[in-house]
Amino acid sequence: MDTVRTCAALAGAGFRRYSTYRQATVAGAFTNIVFGFLRCYVLLSIAGEAGELAGYDVRQLATFVWVSQGLLAVVGAWGMLDLADRVRSGDVVADLLRPLGPFAVYLCTDLGRLGFAVLTRLTAPVAAGLVFFELYLPADPITYPMFGVSVLLATLIAFCARYLIGLSAFWLLDIRGLTMLWVFVWGAGSGMYFPLPILPGWAQLALWLGTPFPAMAQAPLDILVERGGAGHAWLVLLDQCVWLAIGLVVCARVQRRAWRKLVVQGG
Amino acid sequence: MADPYLRLATAQIRAQTQYRASFLLDVLGAMLLTALDLATVFLLFGVRGELSGFGGREVLLFAGLAVFAFPVADFAVGNIERLRHYVRTGLFDTVLIRPLSAMAQLLAMDFAPRRVGRVVQGLVVYLLALAVAGIDWTPARVLLAVFAPLAGAVFFGSLFVAGATVAFWWIESGEFANAFTYGGRDLTSYPATVYGEWFRKLFVFGLGFAFVSYLPGLALLGRDDPLGTPGWLHWCSPVVALLAAAAAGLLWRTGIRHYRSTGS
Repeated sequence: MDTVRTCAALAGAGFRRYSTYRQATVAGAFTNIVFGFLRCYVLLSIAGEAGELAGYDVRQLATFVWVSQGLLAVVGAWGMLDLADRVRSGDVVADLLRPLGPFAVYLCTDLGRLGFAVLTRLTAPVAAGLVFFELYLPADPITYPMFGVSVLLATLIAFCARYLIGLSAFWLLDIRGLTMLWVFVWGAGSGMYFPLPILPGWAQLALWLGTPFPAMAQAPLDILVERGGAGHAWLVLLDQCVWLAIGLVVCARVQRRAWRKLVVQGG
Repeated sequence: MADPYLRLATAQIRAQTQYRASFLLDVLGAMLLTALDLATVFLLFGVRGELSGFGGREVLLFAGLAVFAFPVADFAVGNIERLRHYVRTGLFDTVLIRPLSAMAQLLAMDFAPRRVGRVVQGLVVYLLALAVAGIDWTPARVLLAVFAPLAGAVFFGSLFVAGATVAFWWIESGEFANAFTYGGRDLTSYPATVYGEWFRKLFVFGLGFAFVSYLPGLALLGRDDPLGTPGWLHWCSPVVALLAAAAAGLLWRTGIRHYRSTGS
């Protein structure tokens, strides 16, 4: 019971941490909207007279782009935890003394961030998309809860990855390089830069099965635009669950090794 | 004269190459970025085999101008982005009391050697694009081929400076600037015909992005603009770059005068 209360308090703190920076929220949403226009026009221009691109019709494409811009901040794959800084400075030692481990603390805080992002950063681009373009609205009501679950799974998978990158500071000390590599590979592999079905079939399959990237953006987007129907949606959710399980296991193992590497200096 | 700046920059190079694995990943990541940018453009191009009425070589030239001009600006002044960090923490006070130029100090203090890889890569792509574009070379076009990416770099550099300057008024504004700098890079990688009408008028032409790649690209190719801009305008990118630089400089001066320390 205490743990639940602590987690709720941490999530609340995470929410407030982000809601404090109102300017940053406005600036971030503005950027998402500009990129939304950019990507939307490019994709629509390619869809052109055929009115179709890689199995998406024009309205599905517009929805894909605008919701993907909204999900960018919700999934939060590009924002790094301050774990790496704390590893480098040694502050992580204090985190280990707390009754709740760092994984749980960061996770609860991140769920608070997720809540704030859904309210602000997701709604702003979607609203802009609704005003300027014709968006696709899901036909089947079950799509909405499925989309919600899928977004949560995507965020959790991204969290595992960010936590792992933070832990890598135990070996690399400076995670700037890894972060940068991650940002670009994530953008291209997750469907954020272009819908993955544009790729040849083997490449799509390799991405879905071999990497966690599609599970972090393409998955909820596919579910929302109802690409491939309900069967596809369930498969996508299954893929996400598998990647989350893998992420959790890897996090636990790497974390154990990292703690063993930790040497507390002095007395 | 340049000695203190040079020392600051060398200190940065030494510092950043200390964590070798991270530095290498950084350079690699930066180069992957350009590769992915181009791959994205051509992946989308490949769907129909043309992009809004332009063929592969022409698209490569537009994209080449963008992927060369942007890293040059990023390499030279991209780290001005860090200004908001200096303003927020009050470190900018230290910068101001030194008997050196504030901007040159900021640029030297955060000099990022890892970005050089992208410049070289951009240059290679641009030269390749020029080689395969089938340009009818005249002395004027040779000059433009040299000055167009430089003008583009000055234009992007002005955006970096102008975007960072916003931090004097609006501290948590980092992402706001990204819309114009990184957004501008993506925007200029595609021919302007791709965009919807009011967006094109407001952003692509209104803010001058068309002068980075689209208009000079047309001049190099000797093509008429399907959007109907007059031919002489295609040669004007250096002028627009200078105007942008002047505006950014003015904004910077106003910003510095506006700066009040954090007070803590």
